[in-house]
Amino acid sequence: MKLNRYKRELSAALAYAALLIVVAVIAPSFFSAANLRDLALNNAPVLLVSIGMTVVILVAQIDISVGSQFAIATVAAGWFAKSGVPMPLVLAFVVMIGALMGALNGALIGILRLPSIIVTLAMLVAWRDSLRWTTGGEWVQNLPPNFQWLGLGQSMGQWLIVIAALLVLAFFIWSLRNLAAGRAVYAVGSDAEAARLAGIEPSRVTFFVFVTMGALVALAAVLNAVRFSTVPSNAGFGLELKAIAAVVVGGTAITGGRGTLVGTLIGVALLGTIGTALTFVGINPFWEKAIQGAIILAALASDFALGRVERMRTAQKNA
Amino acid sequence: MSNHALLNAINIDKSYAGVHALKNASFELRAGEVHALIGENGAGKSTLIKIITGAVEPDSGEIHLNGTPIIHNSPRVAKNLGIAAIYQQPALFSELTVAENIAIGLEETSLLSRVDWRLRKQRAADLLARVGAHIDPDAEARDLTMPQQQLVEIARALGTHAKVLIMDEPTASLSEEDTQNLFAVMRQLRAEGVGIVYISHRLEELLVIADRVTVLRDGRTIDTREIADVDRQQMIQLMVGRELSAVYPKKQVQIGEVILELRQLGCSASGIHDVSLSVRAGEIVGLAGLVGGGRTELARTIFGLTPSDQGEIFLRGKPLRISSAAQAIESGIAYVPEDRRRHGVILDLAISANITLASLDRFSRLGALDLSREKDVAADYTRKLGIKTPSIFAPVATLSGGNQQKVALGRWLVTNPSVLILDEPTQGIDVGAKSEVHGLMTELVSQGVAILMISSELPEVLGMSDRIAVMCGGTIVATLDRAEATQEKILALALARDDKA
Repeated sequence: MKLNRYKRELSAALAYAALLIVVAVIAPSFFSAANLRDLALNNAPVLLVSIGMTVVILVAQIDISVGSQFAIATVAAGWFAKSGVPMPLVLAFVVMIGALMGALNGALIGILRLPSIIVTLAMLVAWRDSLRWTTGGEWVQNLPPNFQWLGLGQSMGQWLIVIAALLVLAFFIWSLRNLAAGRAVYAVGSDAEAARLAGIEPSRVTFFVFVTMGALVALAAVLNAVRFSTVPSNAGFGLELKAIAAVVVGGTAITGGRGTLVGTLIGVALLGTIGTALTFVGINPFWEKAIQGAIILAALASDFALGRVERMRTAQKNA
Repeated sequence: MSNHALLNAINIDKSYAGVHALKNASFELRAGEVHALIGENGAGKSTLIKIITGAVEPDSGEIHLNGTPIIHNSPRVAKNLGIAAIYQQPALFSELTVAENIAIGLEETSLLSRVDWRLRKQRAADLLARVGAHIDPDAEARDLTMPQQQLVEIARALGTHAKVLIMDEPTASLSEEDTQNLFAVMRQLRAEGVGIVYISHRLEELLVIADRVTVLRDGRTIDTREIADVDRQQMIQLMVGRELSAVYPKKQVQIGEVILELRQLGCSASGIHDVSLSVRAGEIVGLAGLVGGGRTELARTIFGLTPSDQGEIFLRGKPLRISSAAQAIESGIAYVPEDRRRHGVILDLAISANITLASLDRFSRLGALDLSREKDVAADYTRKLGIKTPSIFAPVATLSGGNQQKVALGRWLVTNPSVLILDEPTQGIDVGAKSEVHGLMTELVSQGVAILMISSELPEVLGMSDRIAVMCGGTIVATLDRAEATQEKILALALARDDKA
């Protein structure tokens, strides 16, 4: 009964386990500590953004501006650091900027009730182009020495990034289950009018979900930027698609109201490691995108099949 | 009028998820007659119409046209056979012009054929002139008023040259002049041999325009009579015609102070005005009336969903401004909406989460939910309300209608309301669940809750209410005491012609 409720996450997990077993047989070197560490580091920022995206999709919205927000936050982190702001404050300032960008989305979508796909499409273009205009495409260089790895040294810094991402994940898993706000997210996503009749304000919930999304994107951007000694002005390109794909593969319904972060974690892991895994197994990495596409389609197909089984069962029960 | 049956609906049976909408109903329409179809809300009129127009498939029974059964009926088949319908709510394409709206469904063309704009406009103008409407064929449909849209619908239906024309409350939004024009067109069509099925709650109109009348009640055909043989009172009796069959668990409880009082309440956005009403502790006030009378709109205004812009609401004597559902809940008002499947419960959420949804702050400390207390309370209410489920963590979608309704009720009981507004609390649920819901209402009033109950089922209104307020045309036209109320009286008040519309 309990497993029944997580069958959608379970099917993604099984697919992932199957992939890992195949890789373990053909190319055990995939599981070397160095490779696993690299994969974890590469995917930690994607995980953070996907956590936010899960919540956005749970309230039946979408945010395709996260890649551009990510770029702005990255450059902002570089500028702050360069102008001598201490790293903890850099983190705080950038997260605040992210929350503000999210608040703009949230105000337009939650309060003015504009369609999220259009609003965030506009933001995707607007943020990216204003950044290009401001920086002239130049990277931020000559960063202070305490920028890279937050001044903690490589191995400490690496641990910090991965642990921070996992802590955020744990906090959000707990929140969606144990906070009144988490309950409100599911309620608004399943049926906004019904939630309103129960005294929840869908516009407020939607607003704060986008604020959260922006803050998480900014956090991801900082944790990603500190891995390098220079800051690019075109970071986060295509990040929105990665995050949405991971959420969908993880079993969250694109129509809102149903899904879990455990599923999203599996989705991020599956899509984030498939490319490297292919290389290790000896398949041309050009296939990566095609296979990712196939995984997304397979996830949707399994949703459809499970949905039909569910409906048939319900119909029988009620007959 | 000939005696030749044009359309014959024979022994039609139809159930929707547990609701038996039509039970062996039959209906005969002759060529060249206006045949009125009447009945209370939920008597089965709309279902019968939808079956004739092919929008809904009957479970059993046949529709014959000119003596031949229609096989595999669908809106397209019905249209090609010459069956046209005008619905109460005009369904025009708001982005298209009047001429284009009229053309849709009339022009038999392939997708690639060219449009003759001049002809299209000319035909629209001719048809509009026939119904006596002064409407520019080039106007966009969304710029039209409700009555104008209705006239365009009628013009479109005329253009189909239908043999069978079904009109569902076509005059609901029309002025007296437009109504007379419409009647003139109907008489002309009748003379041309068209059979018209005419649905209206305005019984006086039927005496003027109809030739025969068929009464539906609880999904059954009760009688078909010549209009000359009946009067308004007899029609009402036929529509009501049943005794209080079910036993209602009405108990005398101590009626206390006035809890909810409305003074001249109105909301222009939803068309209600000058509503004055009070509900006392321990009292059930029934809100009766026809669909469109303003009952649900009034409930939504009290609950802050469409905030009032006239008059005042008092709760325990204190004036109250309610501009959102959250505020209403905080003040102790609960509202179980009519459309249970859509808005009363959240289908994806577990039973436990649904039960606590309107009182989340009571289950949380610093925003964190006390899940074990939630579980206890949900289990408690699940037992008390007799919700049949294998687990309180099952999504509400897996429950039957009656059990979903109990969850919807349970959610509001947890909030400990002082005013409970129930909108069609037993619509579409089975007899057992129904009497459980009634029992629960009785228990609540004995605890001093004030209940305002909207119901279209007159026996339920009479059986459960201490007083009955009848709504018509957006306001309360009368308030009857339990002792003096009868089905006939209520229906006569609810049908009172609204001259202001």
